[in-house]
Amino acid sequence: MGNHVLVIEDEPNIVEAIRFILMRDGWDVSTLSDGDRAEDTIRSCRPDVVILDVMLPGRSGLEILAALRADAATRSLPVLMLTAKGQGRDRAEAERIGASRFMSKPFSNTEILASVRALAGV
Amino acid sequence: MPVSALTGGRVRERRLALGQRQADVARAAGISASYLNLIEHNRRRIGPGVLARLADVLGTEAAALAQGAEGILATDLRDAAAGAAGARPELERIEDFIGRFPGWAELLAGQHRRLGHLERSVEALSDRMAHDPHLSAALHEVLSVVSAVRSTAAILAETEEIDPSWRARFHANLHADAERLATGAEALVAYLDVSGEEQEPGIAAPQEELEAWLAGHNWTLAALEPGASPEARAALLAEAGGLASGAARQLARDWLAEAAKDAAAVPMTGLVDAAARVGLDPVLLAQRFGADVIAVFRRLALMPGTKLGVVICDASGTMIFRKPVEGFALPRFGAACPLWPLYTALGRPMTPVQAEVEMSGRSPQRFRTLAFCRPRLTGGFAGPQLAEAAMLILPLPPGTTGTLGVGTSCRICPRPACPARREPSILSESQTGA
Repeated sequence: MGNHVLVIEDEPNIVEAIRFILMRDGWDVSTLSDGDRAEDTIRSCRPDVVILDVMLPGRSGLEILAALRADAATRSLPVLMLTAKGQGRDRAEAERIGASRFMSKPFSNTEILASVRALAGV
Repeated sequence: MPVSALTGGRVRERRLALGQRQADVARAAGISASYLNLIEHNRRRIGPGVLARLADVLGTEAAALAQGAEGILATDLRDAAAGAAGARPELERIEDFIGRFPGWAELLAGQHRRLGHLERSVEALSDRMAHDPHLSAALHEVLSVVSAVRSTAAILAETEEIDPSWRARFHANLHADAERLATGAEALVAYLDVSGEEQEPGIAAPQEELEAWLAGHNWTLAALEPGASPEARAALLAEAGGLASGAARQLARDWLAEAAKDAAAVPMTGLVDAAARVGLDPVLLAQRFGADVIAVFRRLALMPGTKLGVVICDASGTMIFRKPVEGFALPRFGAACPLWPLYTALGRPMTPVQAEVEMSGRSPQRFRTLAFCRPRLTGGFAGPQLAEAAMLILPLPPGTTGTLGVGTSCRICPRPACPARREPSILSESQTGA
């Protein structure tokens, strides 16, 4: 398992904070702010872990997750879904589709780092 | 006709309302005054023959004496019992309860109705969290900004050695996020304040609100008829605009617009004449007016002076319009009896379904029902196929036989061996002690 994390999130300041936390821990971090280019980006840059927000401009996180799980090449790709507290239906749907882990906003830096490490088997 | 323990009280009420003496009524009905006295005080159960004679003398229907307003109260109390967790109300003594403690019975039924309203309020608010796109997006925005603030602040607080350029970016981010959070929170509070005010009064049941308003007009809206003055129509619309909830007002506006179209296609004066000639047959009436059959069902519901009920449902079977008729209890919440011919029609679009039914209850009453379903293709070939089914409910005279047994809904229906049963009845649970 490598150390490449792709963060797909449209909130720039969250992206910046996650990028800082992960880079400080030695991870190579790419970012993307819309859902429409997510699949192509994942296929081209082949991340080891994806952090995926549910609510994105363009395709939603749930649609992207479903597409990833329908493709043999990305079926087992670890995906950490970011949902908002109170959005229980989104979380249930992500679980049904096959999300590897969930994290509710607002999350702590420690939680997100621990989740990425766990998904990458570090 | 089966009679309830309360029939005697209704005989007495009716006699006193007419100002007649007990002895005179008894003589005219062919019974002794002392026997009538016992009947009136619910100390003797009354047979169908005597009931029919008393009804005749008192100028009313036997059914009206056998099941009066207490029938509705009893239905509400059975409904309350169906939702009772843990408690086991004595269902077989509901009528005794109503007779002996009418005030407490009314209070209990009222509390049950209020509970239903509150439960639906909670459900509506939960749905709103999940389905209101504005609220959902606003909450997501606030939580996203809070996430960014939390992560950024933690980085600044917990990282001793941080590159000055990163520090400067994080400070700028925190400032920008604090501004966004303040603006977003204010907008959210303003939105909740306004929508909460609009929603509170009638949040529980917009459809019931509309039906209560129509019932208040005795299901007759002359202002919609062709030839009515624009002022009268405007006044009716304004009155509908005074309903408590926004949802009910919207329902009423839509309903009135459709009712006005129905009235133009099937004017009430013509409908009354035509019904006198061909009977209450929606298909024949629709042919005569060149109108939509379901529109004729809606028009019949508004025909003055008729004792008939109408229910209309959509393709899911959910009732979207209800005009009740005495003795045929309609469920206040949830699904109705699947044996209703309404649902048979729903499964056979464009095929008239006619059936005589007996509504279950302590005093079962019989009805002739006419049901019809037609597809709605508002989106053309590309759109989804919708459907509307309607059922006319006409009371039958006592003594009619060979009818299909139906109920209101499974939970309060006493038919033990019904092939369509979805769940146990509280009435059979009461009998078996389950």
